[in-house]
Amino acid sequence: MEIIVTGIFLGGIYALIAMGLSLQYGVARIMNLASGEMLVAGAFAGFWVYTAQSVSPYVALLIVVPAAFALNWLIYRYLMLPLVRRAKSRGHLEVDSILATFGLSFAMVGIMLAVFGGSFFNYSYLSQPVTLFGSIYGLNRVVAFSVAVLICGLLWYGINYTRHGMAIRAVSVDPDAAGLVAINVTRVSTFAFALGGAVAATGGTLLSTFLTLDASIGIIFTMKALVIVIMGGVGDIRGAIVAALALGLAETFVATVIDPGLTLAAAYLLFILILLFRPQGLFGRRTS
Amino acid sequence: MSRRELLVAVLVCVAFALLAFLPVLPNNDMLMALAVPIAMYTVLATSWALFSGPTRYISLATAAFYGIGAYTVAIGLESLPYPVLLIVAAILGGVVAALVGAATLRLSGVYFVIFTLGLAELVRQVVTWFQNNFTGTRGSYVFTDITEAHIYWQLLALAFVVFLIGWLIGRSRLGFAMRIIGDDELVARHVGIHTAGAKIALFIVSGAFAAVIGGVMAPRFVYIEPAIAFSPQLSFMVVIMALLGGVHRLWGPLVGVIPFTIAWELIAAQFPSQTVLLMGFAFLIIVFFIPNGVVGLIENAFQRTRNRGGREHG
Repeated sequence: MEIIVTGIFLGGIYALIAMGLSLQYGVARIMNLASGEMLVAGAFAGFWVYTAQSVSPYVALLIVVPAAFALNWLIYRYLMLPLVRRAKSRGHLEVDSILATFGLSFAMVGIMLAVFGGSFFNYSYLSQPVTLFGSIYGLNRVVAFSVAVLICGLLWYGINYTRHGMAIRAVSVDPDAAGLVAINVTRVSTFAFALGGAVAATGGTLLSTFLTLDASIGIIFTMKALVIVIMGGVGDIRGAIVAALALGLAETFVATVIDPGLTLAAAYLLFILILLFRPQGLFGRRTS
Repeated sequence: MSRRELLVAVLVCVAFALLAFLPVLPNNDMLMALAVPIAMYTVLATSWALFSGPTRYISLATAAFYGIGAYTVAIGLESLPYPVLLIVAAILGGVVAALVGAATLRLSGVYFVIFTLGLAELVRQVVTWFQNNFTGTRGSYVFTDITEAHIYWQLLALAFVVFLIGWLIGRSRLGFAMRIIGDDELVARHVGIHTAGAKIALFIVSGAFAAVIGGVMAPRFVYIEPAIAFSPQLSFMVVIMALLGGVHRLWGPLVGVIPFTIAWELIAAQFPSQTVLLMGFAFLIIVFFIPNGVVGLIENAFQRTRNRGGREHG
């Protein structure tokens, strides 16, 4: 029981991070490998606000979200858009965007190392015990999970039930066709990319309330988010949520029962199974 | 073989023969300190480009294969002779490459990149876990009487082999198939090429080379533990160098390896804490300004002057 609840708490936040990546890859067509670094930047902001200003990390979100949104807007506008325009095919764009975001990811790690140093950082915020289903959990995890669920819900509503969300879904299905029905594809893609970055940074701030992180850990979260997005099927929010919970459960199970050093191996085992048996994603339909 | 190819072959052989005398030069410490990494990265980047050049599949698995090779030598040194261990390393690297390829190369390129990105970390976690729980020790010592010069000669020989194999593949049916796959995979499938099989075959070649390099370099470490052997930075260095040089020619990566290794050794010695940042900028510069590598730039410039010349005469 304890494993299941902890796993679901972790999975909820993974779902949020994966949604950020899903917006960037599914809609803006940029495989953003720097998304983990955006997360770490958000975590640093939470850490800094709490330790230096002694303000709740959730207040930090008021700055983190617009800042990350603006930064990702600029990244898409000035770094990714030239690649999108240059690309001859989708495969070509994928290779270019992977390499460019690798560069971005390393550059961000380098900057964060220079600014904050290479040590691990954590702080204790809301670390009071809460009793749920007969076991004890940290309040910070419960709060972070609730916030993640709230944001996921808002995103889900926004994408499925608003006019803007419909434009986003249209671009994710087919950018060329979306252009034909008077959707400004560039603007929608930029918006989706920026929103995805903001969501990733938010996930980082939430994670920082209960996890110990360091400047170069971003790549691990990028990988987890990628595994979730592929497992759930690209652009499929319901699939991403199920996949995130599955990953959270699998990791918690492996960490408690076998060895905490094998969490990535657990994620990869799931990944291999999906690639071998359902490469189109959990709920995806076979396209060709 | 045409007369021009014969000439190139002779020149290459002469160049290799001359390079083989490098370790016997007097006062060569500085030179060897650069020559070993250059030779190592030449083999790694060239064998990487054999697979990734025509297919445009970015493999980040080099560090995993390299680590597997280094570990094979480190663990097996007491029970097996060194040359046998290198062969074992090549086979292990090839087998892992075949497994990874079989799982991912039937699908689109993104799956492959993501999978290889984590492969080194995955193998590292498994090896660490295995050693913690079953053997009790984390690292192993590598004591041999192999000197820097021996390593250099081995690397040089491997470089010769990798160029030879690359040239042979380029002339073979497999190389022809790869060029078609690179141009348009759908076309390749329709003319009856077993695309997944061809890709897996080349990935095995590139994995086996990286594993042998790991085995060759192992004596240089003296002490090997998972965090050292599976350092992911190696994979990225290889990608940067190969792309910097240009992957559409067999000798392209070499053009990237030599200046980048020299620059890297100089800069990393000056600013050891800024290496990550530098690597980031190197990636960005390559993607935005030299997408076809230095070789591509040279060829473009050459083409342009030739066109201009043609117009003036015509």
